[in-house]
Amino acid sequence: MQGVLPTVGVMALATRTGRRPSTLATLWRSTVGKKTVMAVTGVIMLLYLVAHMLGNLKIFFGSTEFNGYAYWLRTIGEPALHYSWFLWIVRVVLVAAVVFHGVAAYQLSRRDLGARPTAYAHRRPRAGYATRTMRWGGIILALFIVWHLLDLTTLTVNPRGEAGHPYQNVVADFRNWYADAIYIVAMLALGLHIRHGLWSAAQTLGANSARRDAALKFTANALALVLTAGFVAVPVSVMTGVVS
Amino acid sequence: MRLTLRIWRQRGPEQPGTMTAYEVDGISEDMSFLEMLDTLNERLILDGDEPVAFDHDCREGICGACGMVINGQAHGPERTTTCQLHMRHFSDGDTIDIEPWRAAAFPVVKDLVVDRSAFDRIIGSGGYVTAPTGSAPEAHATPVPKPVADTAFEHAECIGCGACVAACPNGSAMLFTSAKVVHLNVLPQGAPERESRVLDMVGTMDAEGFGGCTNTGECAVACPKGIPLQSIATMNREFLRAARRAPR
Amino acid sequence: MTSYTAYQTGEPIADTKAPAGPIEERWDRRRFTAKLVNPANRRKHTVIVVGTGLAGGSAGATLAEQGYHVVQFCYQDSPRRAHSIAAQGGVNAAKNYRNDGDSIHRLFYDTVKGGDFRARESNVRRLAQVSVEIIDQCVAQGVPFAREYGGLLDTRSFGGVQVSRTFYARGQTGQQLLLGAYQALSRQIAAGNVEMHARTEMLDLVVVDGRARGIVARDLVTGEISTHFADAVVLASGGYGNVFYLSTNAKNSNATAIWRAHRRGAHFANPCFTQIHPTCIPRSGDHQSKLTLMSESLRNDGRIWVPKAKGDTRAPGRIPEDERDYYLERIYPSFGNLVPRDIASRAAKNVCDEGRGVGPGGQGVYLDFADAIARMGRDKVAEKYGNLFEMYERITAEDPYEVPMRIYPAIHYTMGGLWVDYDLQTTVPGLFAIGEANFSDHGANRLGASALMQGLADGYFVLPSTINDYLARHPHDTVDPQHPSVTEAVEGVTARLEKLLSIDGDRTPDSFHRELGELLWDDCGMARNATGLRKALERIPELRDEFWRRVKVPGGGEELNQSLEKANRIADYFELAELMCLDALHREESCGGHFREESQTPDGEAARDDDRFSYVAAWEFRGTGAAPVLHKEQLVFEYVHPTQRSYA
Repeated sequence: MQGVLPTVGVMALATRTGRRPSTLATLWRSTVGKKTVMAVTGVIMLLYLVAHMLGNLKIFFGSTEFNGYAYWLRTIGEPALHYSWFLWIVRVVLVAAVVFHGVAAYQLSRRDLGARPTAYAHRRPRAGYATRTMRWGGIILALFIVWHLLDLTTLTVNPRGEAGHPYQNVVADFRNWYADAIYIVAMLALGLHIRHGLWSAAQTLGANSARRDAALKFTANALALVLTAGFVAVPVSVMTGVVS
Repeated sequence: MRLTLRIWRQRGPEQPGTMTAYEVDGISEDMSFLEMLDTLNERLILDGDEPVAFDHDCREGICGACGMVINGQAHGPERTTTCQLHMRHFSDGDTIDIEPWRAAAFPVVKDLVVDRSAFDRIIGSGGYVTAPTGSAPEAHATPVPKPVADTAFEHAECIGCGACVAACPNGSAMLFTSAKVVHLNVLPQGAPERESRVLDMVGTMDAEGFGGCTNTGECAVACPKGIPLQSIATMNREFLRAARRAPR
Repeated sequence: MTSYTAYQTGEPIADTKAPAGPIEERWDRRRFTAKLVNPANRRKHTVIVVGTGLAGGSAGATLAEQGYHVVQFCYQDSPRRAHSIAAQGGVNAAKNYRNDGDSIHRLFYDTVKGGDFRARESNVRRLAQVSVEIIDQCVAQGVPFAREYGGLLDTRSFGGVQVSRTFYARGQTGQQLLLGAYQALSRQIAAGNVEMHARTEMLDLVVVDGRARGIVARDLVTGEISTHFADAVVLASGGYGNVFYLSTNAKNSNATAIWRAHRRGAHFANPCFTQIHPTCIPRSGDHQSKLTLMSESLRNDGRIWVPKAKGDTRAPGRIPEDERDYYLERIYPSFGNLVPRDIASRAAKNVCDEGRGVGPGGQGVYLDFADAIARMGRDKVAEKYGNLFEMYERITAEDPYEVPMRIYPAIHYTMGGLWVDYDLQTTVPGLFAIGEANFSDHGANRLGASALMQGLADGYFVLPSTINDYLARHPHDTVDPQHPSVTEAVEGVTARLEKLLSIDGDRTPDSFHRELGELLWDDCGMARNATGLRKALERIPELRDEFWRRVKVPGGGEELNQSLEKANRIADYFELAELMCLDALHREESCGGHFREESQTPDGEAARDDDRFSYVAAWEFRGTGAAPVLHKEQLVFEYVHPTQRSYA
């Protein structure tokens, strides 16, 4: 009988069995973890956008400086890195970020829509505009990225399309009303996406607290505003003739 | 006062439901919302109709049994439970839409009654401190700083009504789950199971078919007990910490 | 129906389980003499627990931890919703953390005295002893009790005592303690040690060969009637205050489980001992569906008063200080606003009967926090009572920070219940009753914050020790599902439900419940007299007959049918109400919550009659409408000698 005692005790008390999956598997398999993936990739893209926006503003210093800046980007890391390797590294990281961000968003969205299959008969406006437009905004931005790469990276659809002359390509591009329209709409979508996305990322990464909440919301709003204004400044300047 | 009610009627889980209109008269503004429904039901019985089924018990705002979506808002226009909502917040001639909680994880049982047993399973997967009866040390053996005890209490106030899930466009149970995770994880008594608790509870929450959090904040607005939205951030932090540290 | 009152007095009944000897050693001795079940064999034993409140939840969790197979039931959709959750004030424990002279013996003494010397000493002493362990257990579970800045537990004082021994979690102590028990239970459910049946109501007890062997239950969603067998059955189904229709109980709290057990042979003890809580929100109209309690802890800092003049309808703020009557402080200077519940309630009734009540219909007195706010500041008051103030404002649309609260007594708790011995076993072998469901430890009046203490003491510590003895002493065999006792119980339940559905009369179940409730409140409420009780005893059987002729229950039996649930519970209330009135009529003394107008002191206080009534009245069921048999358990007081309670 003595031998039986501890076994029974353990049986009655033990409620957890089995091994846990690895950290990455734990993250990718749970909604909370997948949101973390979105938050981290979102922050990576956001940091890139800040640099991108600041670089864009060099256009106001004229063709030579802007084209020079574009050339310099390809020489970063030399001689350790080969010509334009740095840029490729950035591109690979960004593609990975976009893919993970998009796949996680797609999977989570499907799950979220399935979790609330029936709508309320009594409809009322919910949450803020930025919050409600995250999914559509994300889709718009994804499409824009494709357009933007074809336009100013591969120059496939650029009206001028001369490699090594980004300044001239940009000016030629933004003289088209549809290019301006696409760009500005996308940048407004970007502003909204960041406005909710940055605060949301902080929440998802557990960086938010009652004390920080207001400051985080302010930062998200300010950054969204600055980025949108900074990006939109370029086509607006071309349209108004400030940059030509 | 006189009101038009449009109420979701559904005979059973598999049957189709529909919004059905009823007129009620002689409603006093001192009545609670449920007393208004009692009045309707008394009449329906005498008319030979089936009364509207709804969950309710304590009618003091603490058991968490009652809950319906009133004019698109979980528990209606005031920040309280349906049983503590009074008719003085409505006006003569109003039309009021009354619907059950809507979420895949809360299937409708009948009319306004839904099955919230998924919440029990979330708690059962880790929302406790393993302290078998008789094994407790003297209560004063571990002092708990007052701010910590207060934080624990504020999260322990959750009544498990499900309004957070009903209000969330994703049918997510993050606020409910985080309330229990924060309550127990901030206390020294909850520390030994800190990692397993959050991992297991989030795992069960996902498995039960609740949606993910998109940080819309609707849950915290609907919560009758004021569980703060930041508790979700705290749970996320606990989850990330546990994903790294949990013993395997 | 006068034959009902012609009851017979049967054999006396006595508790045979409490060991003799010094009272402080009895519990330890009983635990030692109780036979144990080998841990390896416990899994083979099934225990049914009905109810998941403080008593049932803690018992289910603890028995499962010990290794028993527990099958548990609650009518709510989740075990977390049991009405213990609504208890506000706190839980007593003789920790003496305040160094204010408290001790286990003082808690024992206070409880026996507070119960007006109608409780069993051995049980109460054990309760006081176990109280200390409850706090340890709950803290270990993570119950967030209020704490001091030093990190240690805070306490407050409660009615009827002069020490500070009440542990609390703001105004939601019951909620926090229940969630602790629920979480422990949930762990056992997840581990497969407890088979939980939510939304399932017990409708009868199965007694086979003289032993409780199971229950008949109805699945409230599908309407399916099922039988469940076990080696012992534990009722933790709460009190029967809802017989009054308006009470502070949850709307669905009911007496069916204990009443069915009573009909199967469990004696019902002291049914007339009902507690009227002095601080409830007055009713606002005929639509009122239940009454809401404002925690007794409010009396720590609030002052109760009415205008000195009759019919003074001025706003409270316009009544000058010297025209106010702080009647509790005036009549009971040493306890003041903290007199026990029965005394505070009756005093409120008296001033209202004098025409000095306030609010609509003159059915209310003021509970004023102006002094407390001036003394402690609004923030401190908000910290202590914020949620109660909010609840009050939500219900009445009056702000208690500005205008005094209006309060009036309401039915709150029932001290009576199934008779149990020291082991908490009823007169049906194998049937145990714990928590408010038993007649328990509170005598004729329960002190504040003692219900939580008793529920948890029974569930965590007492029952799990004593039930071993029963299980070890009885053969472990299976029940034949075809046994005539089983089929008879199932058929009885089914027939009754069918009968209710087939009457198709012209009155709703609630209309009967309201009428019965008003009748009881008038004649068996705060004050009782022989004339009124006889009148009620005439009327109740008439009303019962009318119910069975005229009730209208829509819908069917094989679906979620809340009208059917209600009607089935109300049907039992008629029989219970009759027994309450008979018990009240037979007890020609005043004690605790039972105030017979014929038995009072010259200054209107309750006058006990220890020579004639120092006993527990345990009633044996003999059929619907048939006179029950009275069994007396004589109470012996060796340690706390009965005196006239004085709180002056």
